Amino acid sequence: MEEFAALVDALVYTRSRNEKLRLLADYLTRTPDPDRGWALAALTDCLSFPAVKSSTIRNLMMERVDPVLWVLSRDFVGDTAETASLLWPDAKGAVAPPPSVTEAVEALGRMTRMSVMSELPKLLDRLDANGRYALIKLATGGMRLGVSARLAKTAFAQAFAVAVEDVEEYWHGLQPPFAPLFAWAAEGAPPPRTEDLPVFRPFMLAHPLDDVTVDLEDYVAEWKWDGIRVQLVHAGGETRLYSRTGDDVSGSFPEMAGALSFPAVLDGELLVRGSHQGGEAGGAASFNALQQRLGRKAVSAKMLAEYPAFVRLYDVLILEGEDLRDLPWTERRARLEALMPRLPRERFDLSPVVEADHFEHLAEIRSRTRDEAIEGLMLKRKDSPYVAGRKTGLWYKWKRDPLLVDCVLMYAQRGNGKRSSFYSDYTFGCWDGDPDAGAELLPVGKAYFGFTDEELKQLDRHVRNHTTNRFGPVRETDRSLVFEVAFDSVHASKRHKSGLAMRFPRISRIRWDKPAEEADRIEALRALVKD
Amino acid sequence: MPAPFAWIRAEPHGIHVAPADCWIDPSQPVERARVTHGHGDHARGGHGQTVATPATLAIMELRYATRDGATPVEYGETIRLPGGVEATYIPAGHVLGSAQILLEHAGERVIVTGDYKRRADPTCPPFEVTPCDVFITEATFGLPVFCHPPVGQEIAKLLKALRDHADRCVLVGAYALGKAQRLIAELRGAGHHEPIYLHGAMERMCRLYEEFGVDLGDLRLVSDHSKDDLRGAIVICPPGALNDRWSRRLPDPITAMASGWMRVRQRARQRNVELPLVISDHADWGELTRTIEDVNPAETWITHGREEALLRWCQLHQRRARALALAGYEDEDD
Ligand SMILES: [Zn+2]
Ligand SMILES: [Zn+2]
Repeated sequence: MEEFAALVDALVYTRSRNEKLRLLADYLTRTPDPDRGWALAALTDCLSFPAVKSSTIRNLMMERVDPVLWVLSRDFVGDTAETASLLWPDAKGAVAPPPSVTEAVEALGRMTRMSVMSELPKLLDRLDANGRYALIKLATGGMRLGVSARLAKTAFAQAFAVAVEDVEEYWHGLQPPFAPLFAWAAEGAPPPRTEDLPVFRPFMLAHPLDDVTVDLEDYVAEWKWDGIRVQLVHAGGETRLYSRTGDDVSGSFPEMAGALSFPAVLDGELLVRGSHQGGEAGGAASFNALQQRLGRKAVSAKMLAEYPAFVRLYDVLILEGEDLRDLPWTERRARLEALMPRLPRERFDLSPVVEADHFEHLAEIRSRTRDEAIEGLMLKRKDSPYVAGRKTGLWYKWKRDPLLVDCVLMYAQRGNGKRSSFYSDYTFGCWDGDPDAGAELLPVGKAYFGFTDEELKQLDRHVRNHTTNRFGPVRETDRSLVFEVAFDSVHASKRHKSGLAMRFPRISRIRWDKPAEEADRIEALRALVKD
Repeated sequence: MPAPFAWIRAEPHGIHVAPADCWIDPSQPVERARVTHGHGDHARGGHGQTVATPATLAIMELRYATRDGATPVEYGETIRLPGGVEATYIPAGHVLGSAQILLEHAGERVIVTGDYKRRADPTCPPFEVTPCDVFITEATFGLPVFCHPPVGQEIAKLLKALRDHADRCVLVGAYALGKAQRLIAELRGAGHHEPIYLHGAMERMCRLYEEFGVDLGDLRLVSDHSKDDLRGAIVICPPGALNDRWSRRLPDPITAMASGWMRVRQRARQRNVELPLVISDHADWGELTRTIEDVNPAETWITHGREEALLRWCQLHQRRARALALAGYEDEDD
């Protein structure tokens, strides 16, 4: 527990992503099993101990500290776990040595509402203030150390020199303390079996098509639909729908969970029926309609009827036990087309190939598109296998509107007037390099409109739940939320650290589904400078 | 017969000693001032006469560029004030020259501590426990969450960070009067004899300490050196310069800060501190409460800081106490 507490402490004070990765990787390599697995679970908020609540901590303190002194201290420190860790009286007499992370997790897991008041003190007595802080944070959840699942996976990959995409795939089917994952990465055991589990497979992603042109002999074009990229998995009798981040969103779209009934892994765009975005199964509504369905835990019958979801398919990864990912795109496409009759038409259609004779023709088709809800074009190499992540030269995305960038929310400030109780002014940034190689975010602009009142409430809640730091009226967030920012133009500016200033930036979409690491880099913005 | 201790009163801008018509640590210019120590919120300029220890007077001269009205008094020396008041300056262990002032009148003894600590400090003589009827104590760290660890532990943390990052420097924010010199002296005591580099604003105070016999070893100015000279070195600056443009000249500094506030994570994070060093020149909660027990006064009066919690502690321990509402004192960056 002391090592874990030291790690927690170091993470509290470390702002650089690179340094966080180094600290985590270092801890993972030198900590034995299963401690490191439990630690990883704790840091990524995968553990839950229902018997230990914030009120439990307060009640324990009331038995030990004068209530007035407790309240004064709590108000000054601002955090119950930290106040308790500092005020916990040192144990009298001999105590056992500090528990290991595993011992602590096991003991916490055994605690009930009845026993917690007598059992938790036994653990706290064996720790110093830093250890108590780590234990209480671990027990009550919400470490808030800026360690996203993605960061943890990247650190894991770095620690054991394995591919982060593999970590992502194997991780998904496993429960803490992830023993098979460590056995594979650290000891060279065979990878954990995932065939019979409805686990997420990392997506294949595209590079922006900046100044490149491609030969349509080698590449095929498809529309880039303006919905949510999803993966639909059926395995072991279960169906799951995963978002780009690998989050299980099956609960929000129950009609999709019932629509696939044979073992397969499909890649497509989740859409809601409407009059835009034409396709084989009829039209799709704009992204706004889809927004109505996002992030809802309970879906009413009315919602299902008004905004019915379907998936426009792009690709097939696995089919009835056969892994197709190494096949070229053309063969996967043939398998996908052959598969369509087996799928219910009201839930699936096929994303059509855009026919064009040559690149200039394609550019013309792209510029003629008036459909608000088409994001642009995808260019896929015909012989490309399906590979996780973003491999140069295989897939390109060619966005229709060049003046859009995906930025990460960094700071939020309260608004004025009727918005004064909401965090409604947002500062966002782009990466100054490869985020997985330790790049940092550089602020590129501020916006305070472009969202609905309902979205403002959601954003305000996000800011409050993801605050990592406060500076007067400003809150710093854990940099987990992506905004698609629209703007009229961008200019070089000496006044900004990024060297860039946007004209009329506004939030064009809130990308709840997009991982922060995939927001744009500063070069993307710099390339748009017109002066 | 007048009420007990009626001759000494807390006014909004200081403690007034009526029979002698003088003020202790007044926050406004007055005719006659008695000053406990040189920190800005205790030692204001512009008084007609200032009675303080020679070191405190020298510190004030450095800040206000005048010795007008300076009247030195040595530790342990008793001076007679008008109106039958006697004043004795007793070491407070806070910074160079810091004193508690013992006031005696009509058979009653009152101590004004100014600021103090109970731990050893190589740059000033230790706090002396002195019996009195009224003990007027500071309460800067007057909350039970404040428990300053042994200074050696924090110095070891600093030296380890330095060893682990040979190509960087450790930039420590430290209050320019007291904290900086104590930090340097503690580093020397721990065997760190390398040159220590200073922000320009620190230089004169360090020199003053040396004139008063505190050896600080090899000190150099950042402005005289290149980035490469500073790799693997300790650099000390005022807390305000930590995140300032000035620090850009340093080789990838690890930002540290030496202060009692560093005990609380949120405080450290607010200042973007990567290496918090819990080192304070004020008494922590344990020292405050132990001192009240050691001095064992009939009454405890509590001034600047978190009076409420210490007042509550006195209540819980059946001690007469009250909080004085004095204006003009700030939390020292300490
Ligand atoms: Zn002071
Ligand atoms: Zn003070």
